[in-house]
Amino acid sequence: MDKLVASPAEAVADIADGASIAVGGFGAAGVPWALVAALYRQGARHLRVVTNNCGLGGAGLAVLLREGRIDHVTASYIGTNEVFARHYLAGSIELELTPQGTLAERLRAGGAGIAAFFTPTGVGTMVAEGGLPLRYGPGGEVLLASPPKEVRRFRVRDLDRDFVLEEAIVTDYAFVRAAVADRHGNAVFHAAARNFNPDVAMAGRTTILEAARVVEVGELEPDAVHLPGVFVQRIVHVAEGVPA
Amino acid sequence: MTGGWSRDRIAARAGLELRDGECVNLGIGLPTLVTGHLPPGVDVVVHTENGILGAGPAPGQDRVDPDLIDAGTQPVTVLPGASFFSSSLSFAMIRGGHVDTTILGAMEVSARGDLANWVVPGHLIRGIGGAMDLVAGAGRVLVLTEHVGRDGAPKLVAECSLPLTGRACVDRVITNLAVLDVGPDGFALVELAPGVSVEQVLEQTAAPVVVKVGAVRGGTRTRTACVTRKV
Repeated sequence: MDKLVASPAEAVADIADGASIAVGGFGAAGVPWALVAALYRQGARHLRVVTNNCGLGGAGLAVLLREGRIDHVTASYIGTNEVFARHYLAGSIELELTPQGTLAERLRAGGAGIAAFFTPTGVGTMVAEGGLPLRYGPGGEVLLASPPKEVRRFRVRDLDRDFVLEEAIVTDYAFVRAAVADRHGNAVFHAAARNFNPDVAMAGRTTILEAARVVEVGELEPDAVHLPGVFVQRIVHVAEGVPA
Repeated sequence: MTGGWSRDRIAARAGLELRDGECVNLGIGLPTLVTGHLPPGVDVVVHTENGILGAGPAPGQDRVDPDLIDAGTQPVTVLPGASFFSSSLSFAMIRGGHVDTTILGAMEVSARGDLANWVVPGHLIRGIGGAMDLVAGAGRVLVLTEHVGRDGAPKLVAECSLPLTGRACVDRVITNLAVLDVGPDGFALVELAPGVSVEQVLEQTAAPVVVKVGAVRGGTRTRTACVTRKV
């Protein structure tokens, strides 16, 4: 078994228009830069992306946003991503804003065979009650707002509280960045670059992992593996750092 | 206006709220100053929701690791005993009640303890981030904020006008003027910053405040009598 493919371009070659892709990373840490860059060159359009912050400034997914290649984003934070803001307010992108922990758990649940879960996060806010603007019209009016979600009361840790139903996320592909991987896809992350990567890896039907170091099977201590290889279908060896 | 706490003094006052060994999550801005002002003998474990337990101070410029950042994407170090983990595990810690205290900023806090701190209608949405999870899950929610906004408008209000981050979630507010508890009876003034009068706090709070007499003399938390004053 060898999941290593020759290049990022080969790893993303079969991604079709309209595909859904979960992408790891938080800020600039743990972002699969090479796979995102390869997807840009590959040309797929009408993409549906699930990611925490959808690129930074002009890097990563922000490049695909600028070219209008992404139709729908599920994210927790846009921050000062002006490209994103411009496309969102112009109505060319649909945005499903999700609390960060809910986003992580929706991905984990998707990869774990759980259809949905009840969480206390967002109860009493627009996340549960609806009304978050999903899509704007050309005149700045809200064309589509998020619907209300089911809220149910449970007794947890001796306290009766309301919880909101959140649905799991499964995507066609997932892009993951690791520090080290073996040819089975067992992976080790560095510091806070782990973030969404293990959750994203679980959620993808086809998970593609890039790593700056790829080692032979048996070189990683089983005790030291952060992400078991069963969640990874393709591996690419990439350069350190952010590609130009 | 004279008197009151500087940003550093607000952070130091917040440090007095923490017990030795607590797990604490600090929001962006003012809350990040708290760890620099902990009282002697109080060590806390800092949780950052992007996946660190045991985060330490910022590194020197020559020792920045781009993979070692906090939830505000600023470079950090780790202290002995630190650990790294995934986002889902990080938020399991938060919602599961394993994070003792979260300290964050506010745009508005209501008398019922509702918090608004993520969006202003008509302004650009920056996102939700981890705030909704933190206020829903952390054992104690402490808000650090200026008592009024830049435009002079009170931030402590009867009812939030902005979209909420969480309902009835705030336990205590520390401002440049005072420390106020938030409970079923609304705001309760428990301590005044040096040189600040009760009247100043009442004037700048757009909700009823229960004044604990001990608070007037500053520092003590005597609960000898309560007077409700309406603005």
